[in-house]
Amino acid sequence: MLLRHTSKEVKEREGLTINPAKTCQPIGAMYAALGIHGCLPHSHGSQGCCSYHRSTLTRHYKEPVMAATSSFTEGASVFGGQANLLAAIETIFAVYEPDIIAVHSTCLSETIGDDLQQITRKAKDDGKVPEGKHVIFASTPSFIGSHVTGYANMVTGIADQFAVSTGAKKNQINIIAGWMEPSDMREIKRLAKELGVKIVLFPDTSDVLDAPQTGKHEFYPKGGTTVPELQSIGDSIHTLALGSISAEPAAIALEKKCKVPFETLDMPIGLTATDRFIMTLSQIGGVSVPDEITADRGRLVDVIADMEQYLYGKKVALFGDPDQLIPLTEFLLDLNMKPVHIVSGTPGQRFEKGMREILDARSPETNFKNGIGADMFLLHQWMKNEPVDLLIGNTYGKYMARDEDVPFIRFGFPILDRIGHSYFPNVGYSGGLRLLEKILNVLLDRQDRDALEEKFELVM
Amino acid sequence: MEQITILEGRQKQVFEKKTGVEQLDISCDTSSLSGSVSQRACVFCGSRVVLYPVADALHLVHGPIGCAAYTWDIRGAVSSGPELHRLSFSTDLQEMDVIYGGEKKLYHSLIELIEKYKPKAAFIYSTCIVGLIGDDIEAVCKKVAKETGIPVLPVHSEGFKGTKKDGYKAACHALMKLIGTGSTEGISKYSINILGEFNLAGEAWIIRKYYEKMGIEVVSTLTGDGRIDAVRRAHGASLNVVQCSGSMTWLAKEMEQKYGIPFIRVSYFGIEDMSKSLYDVAKHFPDRTDIMEAAKQVVSEEVKELYPSLQKFKKALSGKKAAIYVGGAFKTFSLIKALRSIGMSVVLAGSQTGNKDDYARLKEMCDEGTVIVDDSNPVELSKFILEKEADLLIGGVKERPIAFKLGIGFCDHNHERKIPLAGFIGMYNFALEVYQSVMSPVWQFAPRKGVKV
Repeated sequence: MLLRHTSKEVKEREGLTINPAKTCQPIGAMYAALGIHGCLPHSHGSQGCCSYHRSTLTRHYKEPVMAATSSFTEGASVFGGQANLLAAIETIFAVYEPDIIAVHSTCLSETIGDDLQQITRKAKDDGKVPEGKHVIFASTPSFIGSHVTGYANMVTGIADQFAVSTGAKKNQINIIAGWMEPSDMREIKRLAKELGVKIVLFPDTSDVLDAPQTGKHEFYPKGGTTVPELQSIGDSIHTLALGSISAEPAAIALEKKCKVPFETLDMPIGLTATDRFIMTLSQIGGVSVPDEITADRGRLVDVIADMEQYLYGKKVALFGDPDQLIPLTEFLLDLNMKPVHIVSGTPGQRFEKGMREILDARSPETNFKNGIGADMFLLHQWMKNEPVDLLIGNTYGKYMARDEDVPFIRFGFPILDRIGHSYFPNVGYSGGLRLLEKILNVLLDRQDRDALEEKFELVM
Repeated sequence: MEQITILEGRQKQVFEKKTGVEQLDISCDTSSLSGSVSQRACVFCGSRVVLYPVADALHLVHGPIGCAAYTWDIRGAVSSGPELHRLSFSTDLQEMDVIYGGEKKLYHSLIELIEKYKPKAAFIYSTCIVGLIGDDIEAVCKKVAKETGIPVLPVHSEGFKGTKKDGYKAACHALMKLIGTGSTEGISKYSINILGEFNLAGEAWIIRKYYEKMGIEVVSTLTGDGRIDAVRRAHGASLNVVQCSGSMTWLAKEMEQKYGIPFIRVSYFGIEDMSKSLYDVAKHFPDRTDIMEAAKQVVSEEVKELYPSLQKFKKALSGKKAAIYVGGAFKTFSLIKALRSIGMSVVLAGSQTGNKDDYARLKEMCDEGTVIVDDSNPVELSKFILEKEADLLIGGVKERPIAFKLGIGFCDHNHERKIPLAGFIGMYNFALEVYQSVMSPVWQFAPRKGVKV
C-alpha cells in the first residue's frame, strides 16, 4: 500500500508535481541521437544528467547506452561552458571516434547562456571537427517541455542540420519516427518494404538498442540512420511525420529548408491509425496495398470480433506520452472499451486538440489533462473517484495498479521491470494484435482470478 | 600484452600493478574530463542516495522535473514502516520560474506537502539551476520550519558543485543539523550508530540483528530504514560504526568532534570483514567480555552454517577471474577478499570515488598484474575485461549490459541488488549470484569474449 498517501479529494496544487508523468528534455534528445548510425550523444551540462539518462535508458532497454558529458564544474558555470564543450568535442573525436556528435543542452548550460549553435560553429572553424565528421546540436533545457519535446528538438536538429537539397528529386519518402521503440521502427520499415515503398526512416534505434549478443561491446552498434541517408532527405518527394508532438516539428523544419512537403499522421497504433498510415503511404508511394497487409488487418479485425464481449464497456485509465496516447485512445474506442481517465505530463495544446477530435463524438465525458499538474498523483485520485477495469502506462503505474488492485499493462516509457517492448512492436496491425492480446490476457486473468468456483470457465 | 589506449589526461587514473617498478600515485578526487563517457553521477545524486532511505521524511527536489523523475524509487532502500520516501515530489521548475525565481513555488509546495503528509522533517534538495537563479533556499526553509514546527533542511546539492562525494557531504551536513536535537535519555552505554548502511534489500536489518545479539543497542541507522527521531538522538551512542566510507566518514568525524563519539570503519561484505566488524565493535567495550563472547558466538554459528554451503561454489569458481568497478573503493577491498574466499582472483579493480589512501591500499591488496582504475569509462572497462580475460564483472546499472554483451557474468553490487549481499547470509547470496551468472548455460550459446564459437 505504497500509495496510501494518495488522497481521494482532488485539490488544486500550486505548482507542485507529485509522481510525474514525464521527465526532462535531454533524455529525449539522447534517445533520438542514438537513432543515427555512428553517433555519440553528448550532454552539455553536469555529469549527473548524462549518468541519469544513460542509466534510465539502460534500465529500459537492458542495453549499453553510450553518451558523453561536458562535466560542468563550478568554474564552467561561472565562465560559461564553451571551453568545456570545445575540449569535449576534441576529446571525443580523438578517443571515441564517432562519425557524429549530437550535443544537447541542459537546464544548467541554457541558464548560463551557452549558445550551442555558436559553440559548435566555433568548433568547426577551429578545426576541431575532423574532415567528414559532424557535430549537430539541439536546445533542450529541462525547464521547458518534457522528454517528448526534447526528442522532437533533436529530431528537428537532425533534419535541419543534415538535409541537403541537391535539386534532383529522389523517389523516396521520409518517415519521421515519433518517440517509439526500436521494435516499432523495425516494423515501420517492414511495412514499407512490404508495400514496396522506398523510405528513409529517422531516427532509427533498431539494431542499436535491441542489439544481439555478439561477444563484443559495440560502441556504435550497426543500426541507426546513416549520414548519406540523412543528407538525402532534402531530395525526398514527401515526408510523413508520425506524431504531431514528437515528429512534426522536424517535418516543418525540413519543409522550410528543402521544400519537402509533409503530412502529419498519428503513430500507427491500433486499427484506424494503422489504416491511415497504410493508406497514406501507399497513396504517396503510388502503390497498392499487398494482400499480406490486408490479411494482417483482417486478422486483427477477426480477433476484435471474436473477443468483443470481453472488451465491451471496460473502463480504462491511461497515462504516458501524447503521440502514443492519442491513437491508443482511438484504438480503445474501436475496441468498444471506455477510456475514462487520461494523463500526460507533456505540455502543449496539440494533445488537447488530438484528444478532442477523438473523444468529443465518442466519449465526451472522458477526463483528460496534460502539462502542469497532470501527474500520476492526479490520475490516481481520479481512479479513486471513478474506478477503472484496466490501467495502461509505464512501469510507475504498477504502484497504482497494486494499490487499486487493477489489471495493468505496461506501455510507454520507461518500462523498467519487463522485457518485450524492444522486440515486439505496438505499431501496425501486428502491433495492434499484440496490444489486444495483452489487454485480453490481463482482463481474462482477472476474471479467472475472481471467478466463483461454479463460474470458473474453461472456454472463454 | 597489447598496450591499452587510454584517454589522454586519464593516464594518471589507470595503472597496472608491477612490483619492482616505480609507480606514480593514482590521481583521483578530480572531476571527470570533459568529453569522457564517465560512469559517474553528480553532487545531487550523492545527496539523494544518502538521504533517500529516511522513510518518514519529506524529500522535495527543487528544480526541473528530471532530477526528481530519475531518482524516483530507483533504490531498493527498504523501510519497515512509512514509505513517504518512495514518492516523487518536485517543484517542476518552468521557464518563468527560472526567470523570476522559484522561492514562492518552493514555499507553497512545502506548505502543501507538510500539511498533507505530516512528515517528521523535510529535506529540500537544490539542483543545478537553483544554484544559478539564486533562490534563497535557506530563508524559505527557515520560514517553513517556523510555520510548521518541523525541521526543514536545505541540502545544497547543485549538480555542478563538485563530485558525488560532495553530495554525500551535503547530505551529512543536513543530518548533522538533526543530530543532537533529540533526547538521549535511556540510551545504553553499550550502544552504536550504524553509519553508511542504506538497507538495500533489507541489509541493515541483518546487520542490526547481529549487533543486537551481541547485546549492543543500535541507536540509529544512517540512513537505512531511517527515522528522523532516531537520527535526532544519534549523538547518544557510544560508537559510530561506519560502512561505505565515502559517504559517511565526514559525518563520523563531525560527530567525533562535536560529541566526542569515536568511530571505526567496517565492511559487512564477506566472512572476514563481516566478522571483523563484529569483533571491532566488541573490542570497543572491553569492560564487557560477554559482548566479545557473544560476537564470537554469532560468528561461529553463522560461519558453521555458511562455510560448507560455500564449497560447491568455490569448487566451480576456482581459478575464475573477476573485474570490479563500483562506486566506493572501500567496497572493493571487501569484494577482493570475498572473491578470494570462493577461489576467484581479481584482475581489474576500480571505483568512481576512491581517494589516494584507498588506491594505495588497493594496490597493496591486489595481485601482480591487476589493473587499477579511477573513474573509468566503458571503452577502458571493455578492453581490460577482454585483455585480462575476466569471467565476471561486478558493477552497477550501466555496467551490467556491457558484461553481458561481452559474454561474461555480472553481479550488481550497487543500488539494484535485489537480495542482501551484506552479512553472513549475504556472502552466501553473493556466492550464489556469482556462481549463477558465471556458470550460466547461456554462455554456451554466446560467442565468448569477442571470439566466434
